[in-house]
Amino acid sequence: MTDIDKTAHDTGTEPGAGSATESAAGSAADTAPRSDREGLDARLVVDRGRFRLDVSLTAAPGDVIALLGPNGAGKTTALRALAGLTPLTQGHLQLDGAELDRTPPESRPVGVVFQDYLLFPHLTALDNVAFGPRCHGAGKAEARAQAAEWLKRMDLAAHADAKPRRLSGGQAQRVALARALANRPRLLLLDEPLAALDARTRLDVRAQLRRHLADFEAVAVLVTHDPLDAMVLADRLVVIEEGHVVQEGTPADIARHPRTDYIAHLVGLNLYKGEAEGHVVRLDAGPEITTTEDLTGPVFVTFPPAAVTLYRDRPTGASARNLWPCEVAGLETHGDQIRVALTGTLPLTADLTTASAAELGLRTGARIWATVKATQTHAYPA
Amino acid sequence: MTSPHEKSDAAADTLTGGPRRRRGRTGFKAFNAFNAFNGVPLPLLVPALLGLAFLVVPLIALLVRTPWHSLPDQLTSPEVWQALQLSLLCATAATAVSLVIGVPLAWLLARVEFPGRGLVRALVTLPLVLPPVVGGVALLMALGRNGVVGKWLDAWFGITLPFTTAGVVVAEAFVAMPFLVISVEGTLRAADPRYEEAATTLGASRFTAFRRVTLPLIAPGIAAGAVLAWARALGEFGATITFAGNFPGRTQTMPLSVYLALQSDPEAAIALSLVLLTVSIAVLAGLRDRWMTAS
Repeated sequence: MTDIDKTAHDTGTEPGAGSATESAAGSAADTAPRSDREGLDARLVVDRGRFRLDVSLTAAPGDVIALLGPNGAGKTTALRALAGLTPLTQGHLQLDGAELDRTPPESRPVGVVFQDYLLFPHLTALDNVAFGPRCHGAGKAEARAQAAEWLKRMDLAAHADAKPRRLSGGQAQRVALARALANRPRLLLLDEPLAALDARTRLDVRAQLRRHLADFEAVAVLVTHDPLDAMVLADRLVVIEEGHVVQEGTPADIARHPRTDYIAHLVGLNLYKGEAEGHVVRLDAGPEITTTEDLTGPVFVTFPPAAVTLYRDRPTGASARNLWPCEVAGLETHGDQIRVALTGTLPLTADLTTASAAELGLRTGARIWATVKATQTHAYPA
Repeated sequence: MTSPHEKSDAAADTLTGGPRRRRGRTGFKAFNAFNAFNGVPLPLLVPALLGLAFLVVPLIALLVRTPWHSLPDQLTSPEVWQALQLSLLCATAATAVSLVIGVPLAWLLARVEFPGRGLVRALVTLPLVLPPVVGGVALLMALGRNGVVGKWLDAWFGITLPFTTAGVVVAEAFVAMPFLVISVEGTLRAADPRYEEAATTLGASRFTAFRRVTLPLIAPGIAAGAVLAWARALGEFGATITFAGNFPGRTQTMPLSVYLALQSDPEAAIALSLVLLTVSIAVLAGLRDRWMTAS
């Protein structure tokens, strides 16, 4: 989608044309073919001083999209732009064929679950949920009846009269979700929906949220920096770094074929970029990695930390073609294993059992040899 | 990107009157007062105690000289009642006026970034530091029968403000409203503006968001500002006597009658002062959570 948008935009404008004509031509070209399209179609451009967000998003009704990225990547800005809380500098925003980029937030068919929920502290759970229907013209009794229905659906009927501060994190999250859904939005936005929860509640709430999102018939966009949340909750991931989409695809695809260090780190893989010639990939950084794939041209190579074997002395034998001298830069426990960060000709992370870590006498600064079998690596075109 | 989120805790604390919890500890501190003064340098301690005495002794003197035996008679005299009633009525009306126009002004200052906002805030604050008499003269120039605005009020609507009870309300509101505006603006700044955003995403117009979300959230700040403005209005002297004059039953409020009584009947002046002191202490007691434990 990113590419299509870019071409449409490029062909529709003369280089050096004024920005007014540019956006006019762009939106005219964009509107015509898309006007009957269901779902979300947006190119969000927001300039904020030195930071520029430029992200294209499309989704069909029923899709759940996760915007995944490090802090400061622009995820929340993108979400605010979709909600109308931050104006677009450029681009367009269509929902079910309707242009929304000039529509104020209160007139958009959009529901938002904020990161810390922002439940109105002076209203009960019921009145929080009834707030939206009330604003849309429902009478007090009718709005409350609708709200009660939503709370029931969220298993919160017993907490209808509770003020937000008396709700647990998980309950507050569900009230916030009910509040956002009560207006029957065509676009549901969730900003770090699980970030405010402790680890144990998070598990339950994530499962519940997944159920509710699966039931939701319109487009849902959630923002998260947690890859697990993204992969559990979303059908499609859009990875954003520094205001731009760096990769998008299904969770499985992204987990297998990361294209940036950030994603590789998230999914727990060592990732390198290089030039392939047959089974050998010469990395941009210098060393070579032997792989099983037969490729030519620019490629990515990944291998999991568990595939790395460490030796105190240089191992003898032919099997170790991927052999690099390293220095231990740091150690940390990772589940029931030790994760070792190594520097040297090839910076990498390795996982090993506590026992073997003790055997090797690993400590920061220790010199060590690392090997990876070619069968454990995975190369794919960049 | 995440910066606004961190504010919410502090804001919530302000909104729910965070310092309330400290009352118990303050009492404990007072118990230890004598030990606490050990080691305080004399060049600081002596002026400090002098300052304390300076503020407290006059009030004690007022109590000492109060004619307790004739007090019931003094306080039940029709003149005192008239002045007290007028004072309470005018101060309350001035507070109401301040609320109606001051809260929106505070919202404008806190939430809308318009050019010259700093200047506007300075203008709003000016009556705080302006000598009240000057305020009274300025009001005469504006709203007097021949004033810049008053001319038209008189010609079009037949409204004359100076030297009327309404004029007292105007003079008191002029002096008292800045207290309310400053207090409410501070509360608004501490309140998380994202609640308003959340309301707009739910379909509320900006005004609905203000009315149904912001207003209840900042209610404690508005109440505190209103009490402060009310107390200021109750004690207002200079602007009132300049703009509204000193007619018993019409514009003669408590402070004015205290001043007048002092020249003819000092005992009555003391009695009236005692009434105002009592009201002030009541106000302070009502606000103690907000200011007395501000440390």
